[in-house]
Amino acid sequence: MTTTTVSTAPPLAKPDPRPDRRVRRRRSLSPGKRVPAARLVGPALLIVLWAAASAAGALDPGAIPAPWTVLDTGAHLWTAGTLPDDILTSLQRAGTGFVLGLAAGVTLALASGLSRTGEALIDGTVNLNRAIPTLGLIPLFILWLGIGETFKIAIIAIVVYIPIYLNTHAALSGIDSRFVELAEVQGLNRLQFIRQIVVPGALPGFFVGLRLGVTGSWLGLVVLEQINATSGLGYMMFQAQNYGQTDVILVGLVVYGIFGLVSDSTVRIVERRVLSWRRTLSS
Amino acid sequence: MAPHTEQLTRPAVQLRGLTRSFGGRTVLDGIDLDLPAGQFTALLGHSGSGKSTLLRAVAGLDHEVAGSGQLTAPGRVSVVFQDSRLLPWRRVLDNVLLGLDGKDAERKGREALEEVGLKGRERAWPSELSGGEAQRAALARSLVREPELLLADEPFGALDALTRIKMHALLRELWERHRPSVLLVTHDVDEAIVLADRVLVLEQGRIGLDLTIDRDARARGEYRLRLLAALGVTEDVR
Repeated sequence: MTTTTVSTAPPLAKPDPRPDRRVRRRRSLSPGKRVPAARLVGPALLIVLWAAASAAGALDPGAIPAPWTVLDTGAHLWTAGTLPDDILTSLQRAGTGFVLGLAAGVTLALASGLSRTGEALIDGTVNLNRAIPTLGLIPLFILWLGIGETFKIAIIAIVVYIPIYLNTHAALSGIDSRFVELAEVQGLNRLQFIRQIVVPGALPGFFVGLRLGVTGSWLGLVVLEQINATSGLGYMMFQAQNYGQTDVILVGLVVYGIFGLVSDSTVRIVERRVLSWRRTLSS
Repeated sequence: MAPHTEQLTRPAVQLRGLTRSFGGRTVLDGIDLDLPAGQFTALLGHSGSGKSTLLRAVAGLDHEVAGSGQLTAPGRVSVVFQDSRLLPWRRVLDNVLLGLDGKDAERKGREALEEVGLKGRERAWPSELSGGEAQRAALARSLVREPELLLADEPFGALDALTRIKMHALLRELWERHRPSVLLVTHDVDEAIVLADRVLVLEQGRIGLDLTIDRDARARGEYRLRLLAALGVTEDVR
C-alpha cells in the first residue's frame, strides 16, 4: 500500500503541538448581526444623558431646560396656547408647497426626458434655476407676490421641485437603451412604452428626489417662518427667542423633528411597497 | 433535401443588395438572400463580421445606420437577445405578456411558460431566475406572439455548457411544434450544426458559404470541418 508512506510526516519536522488540527474558522470582518431597533439606541442614550445632567443641576435651565420642562411647556402650549394652530398653519404651507413642487418636478422631468424639444427648453432652464439659491429669491418674491401665504408656498414649491426634477430626469435619461429596443421589438406604442418601461424604470430615481424634496420642504418652511411670518411654528420660536423662552424653542424643534421623521418614514414605506421588485435583490 | 418542401415555396425573408455601413466601413456588402418560410437557418461569422448587423436590419432595429438595398420580412417578428432582457420590475408572466393585449393573452402567456418548462414561476421576479430560466422566459415571450419569423442573436452565448445543451433541445422542439422561420446568429459552429437545417457563413460582408445540413446524415464531422475552414479556422485532427 502506498497510502501509508504518503500520509506520514517528514521525520525531521517538529511535532505539531495540535496533532489533529481542525479547520479554524476565520475571523469575520463583517460588523456582525444587526441589533433590533439599533437606530434608536443613540438618540435614547442622548435623552438619558440630557435628563441625568438636568437632574444633577449640571445644565443651566435658562440655556437648556430639562426634558420634562420641555414636555410640560409643550402640553401647556397645546392645551392653552396656539400650538395646534401654529402646527396646522405650518403643515398647510409645507404640504401645499410640496404638492405643487412635486407636480411641477414630475411634469417637467417627463416633458424634458421624453422629447428633445422639451429637453432643450426645460433642462438648461431648471439648471439655471438650481444655480440660484432659492432662499435668495425671497426678497424678489415678496415684492412680486406680497408677504402673504402665496410667496411662502411658491418658495417651498421651488425648493421641492428642483431635486425631484433632477433625479427623475436623470433616471429617465438613464433608462437602459436595451429596454427601448425591447419595446420596439415587442411593438409597444408610445403610451405603452412610457407606462410600462419609462415610468417604472425612472421610479427609483424619482424616490431619491422625493426624499430630498420632503427634507427641502421643511428646510424652506423653517427659514420662511422665522423671518417673514406672523403665525406658524417658526414664528412661535422666533417670538420665544425675543422673550428668552428656550423651552418653547425646544418644543418647536421637537415638532419639526417629528414632522421630518414621519414624512421621511412615510416616503420610505411607500418606496418599499412600490419598488418591491428591488427588495429581492438586497435580501 | 430539406424537410417540409411544401412550406418552402414562399420565402419569408428576402434580401436584395442589402448594404450597411458604419462610419464609412462597409459591414454588409450587397447581400442577396432568401429564407424560405419555416426554415431553421443559422448565421455564422467572426465577431465583427456583421452577423448582428444583418439580424438587426431584418428586425428593423437599425434606425440610424447608413445603408441601401431591399428587405422584405413577415409582419410578426420576434427577437431573442443574448441577454434575456426581462424587465426587472415585472413578474415573469407580465414580462411574457409585454406588448400583448386581448382577453386570452394571459392564458396564452401561461401556456407559453408551461411550454418552456417554467410552469409555477409565473409570479417570480426576474431577479429570482437563473440564467437558463431567464432565457426560457425570454423564449416564452417571443413565442407567445406566434411569430412567423424568430430572430435570435446568440441567445445561448451567456449560458453555461450544460444549460446550453438543454436549451438547444428546447429550441429545436419549439421550432418543430410552431414552425416559424428562424434566423439564429451564433459564433458556435457546433450549435449551428445541431440546430439548423441550413448554415450560412458571413465573411467580409457577404455570404461566404451556404450549407444545407442533412439532419439524418452522419456527416457532422465533415460539416464541421467545412464550416471551420470557411471561418478560417484549421484544426489539428488527431
